[in-house]
Amino acid sequence: MKEYFQNIFEAISTVLVGMGVTWKHLFQKKVTIQYPDERLTLPPRERNRLFVDIEDCIGCRQCENACPVDCIEIETVKAVPGDDAGKTKAGQKKVFHVTKFTIDFSKCCFCSFCVFPCPTDCIKMTDVYEYSEYERDRLKYNFSAFTPEEAQDKKAKLEQFEKEKAAQKAAAAAAAPQPKPAAPQTPNTDNKETLS
Amino acid sequence: MNELLKDILINVLLAAAPLFLWILPYALLAVYLERKVSAFMQDRLGPMRVGKYGLLQTIADILKLLQKEDITADAVDKKLFNFAPVLVFIGSYAAFAAIPFSSIYIGSNIDLGIFYILAVSSLVVAGLLLGAWASNNKYSLYGGLRTAAQIVSYEIPTAIVVLSLVIVAGTLNLKEMSEAQTANIFNWYIFGGPELSLKKFILIPFLLVAAVIYFISSLAEVNRTPFDIPEAESEIIGGYHTEYSGMKFAFFFLAEYANMFAVSAVITVLFFGGYQSPFGYLGNLLNMPWLIGLEQIFWFLFKGMLFVFVQMWLRWTLPRLRVDQLMALCWRYLIPISLVNLVIIAFISLL
Repeated sequence: MKEYFQNIFEAISTVLVGMGVTWKHLFQKKVTIQYPDERLTLPPRERNRLFVDIEDCIGCRQCENACPVDCIEIETVKAVPGDDAGKTKAGQKKVFHVTKFTIDFSKCCFCSFCVFPCPTDCIKMTDVYEYSEYERDRLKYNFSAFTPEEAQDKKAKLEQFEKEKAAQKAAAAAAAPQPKPAAPQTPNTDNKETLS
Repeated sequence: MNELLKDILINVLLAAAPLFLWILPYALLAVYLERKVSAFMQDRLGPMRVGKYGLLQTIADILKLLQKEDITADAVDKKLFNFAPVLVFIGSYAAFAAIPFSSIYIGSNIDLGIFYILAVSSLVVAGLLLGAWASNNKYSLYGGLRTAAQIVSYEIPTAIVVLSLVIVAGTLNLKEMSEAQTANIFNWYIFGGPELSLKKFILIPFLLVAAVIYFISSLAEVNRTPFDIPEAESEIIGGYHTEYSGMKFAFFFLAEYANMFAVSAVITVLFFGGYQSPFGYLGNLLNMPWLIGLEQIFWFLFKGMLFVFVQMWLRWTLPRLRVDQLMALCWRYLIPISLVNLVIIAFISLL
């Protein structure tokens, strides 16, 4: 008999306690974030989509080498005198035209390994994480400032320059035979030339 | 003869149309409220996308249900299967007929008011059982059996509590009951009724017990959590409405919400003054008698919605009972207590 009334008392009191808890939650601050309208601020070291400031890129290929999944593809063409590759923002003279710089984000694993070796800090992580696409090809981002034609042009120029240089060298070689006997006097400089 | 038929038809329409006009918007509102209450109690926001604060969410849901394919499986008993949702809705809709919304509007002012409501709302069981059987699905059948066991059991304490109230009020007519609780809040039956004597004060605790029992058993009658074992999504998928889709499912849903308001309305009339305002009327103050009727409608709907809210509150607070616990609660606790309560109330009333 005692148990019977104990049960009734317990049932009513526990139900009231539970109702009190839910009543309190009615007025609590909600945890929902209305995603597209409001967003969480990302932590300062978040790793999302990469961005390449191609103006600063000197074509050193260190990021390409560091990438564990080979998602970065770089192609460089040496700049010829007269067709300058320009300077980085820090004032460093660029030696190469970066004719191709693609990152395939369908492969990218967001390891951030490419960011650390970059000498000019031109490849970095951004806070963009909404870049899904309907076609896989569109995930291959092209960062190079050159169109394929321009790249072709640069290559042609380099070829031309190299040809001219070779011709010059040949001409120089043809013109040189007379002073050649005198050359052994300076073997060091000669070596250097061949090395470079 | 033709004139008489016309009269009857017009009267039926006049009595039924406002009810329908109330039930539909109420169901839309209640579904929205339910989702918001559940969300808020779980620290979420609930529907926010359709309209301001998601206000049009239920309308969008209804449109979706209307567009959905109406699937009727091969093995179901087609006639009964199609008839069941209608029967369920008839049961809950018919109960509204005797509910006094205001002194100027009551569907049908019959002397057997509360008895009629008890009788007609039992029709819901028949509909649910019919749907469960016709679905030809074992989960549906389980749900139907559980519904039958539950509703039939819980009708006993409901009836006994109503009987004790009838003893106090001396009438079965719901309108007369409401009229008796007029003037101020202490004339409500939860506070011992309008008669000012020693009896009134002795009655209060017993009427309080009666109100709590009525509320619990009405919860069970409308299959709401914590007594929703007939639907029990996690145990038997959806119970009796497992096989239903589209508009037929919407009918079950509508009936459930209509039922929620019906039992809230009954508890309001029995214990909480019906359509009477707790503190006098603005219409009396401004000498505008026509305003009183509208105020009464407001108070009635307000009190009804309050109890609907409490039902939702309980739903999102308590877990579901086990079948044996459910039966134990009814047969070992509610029925004996309400019986003793009835005897005591009858005794006090004789004093």
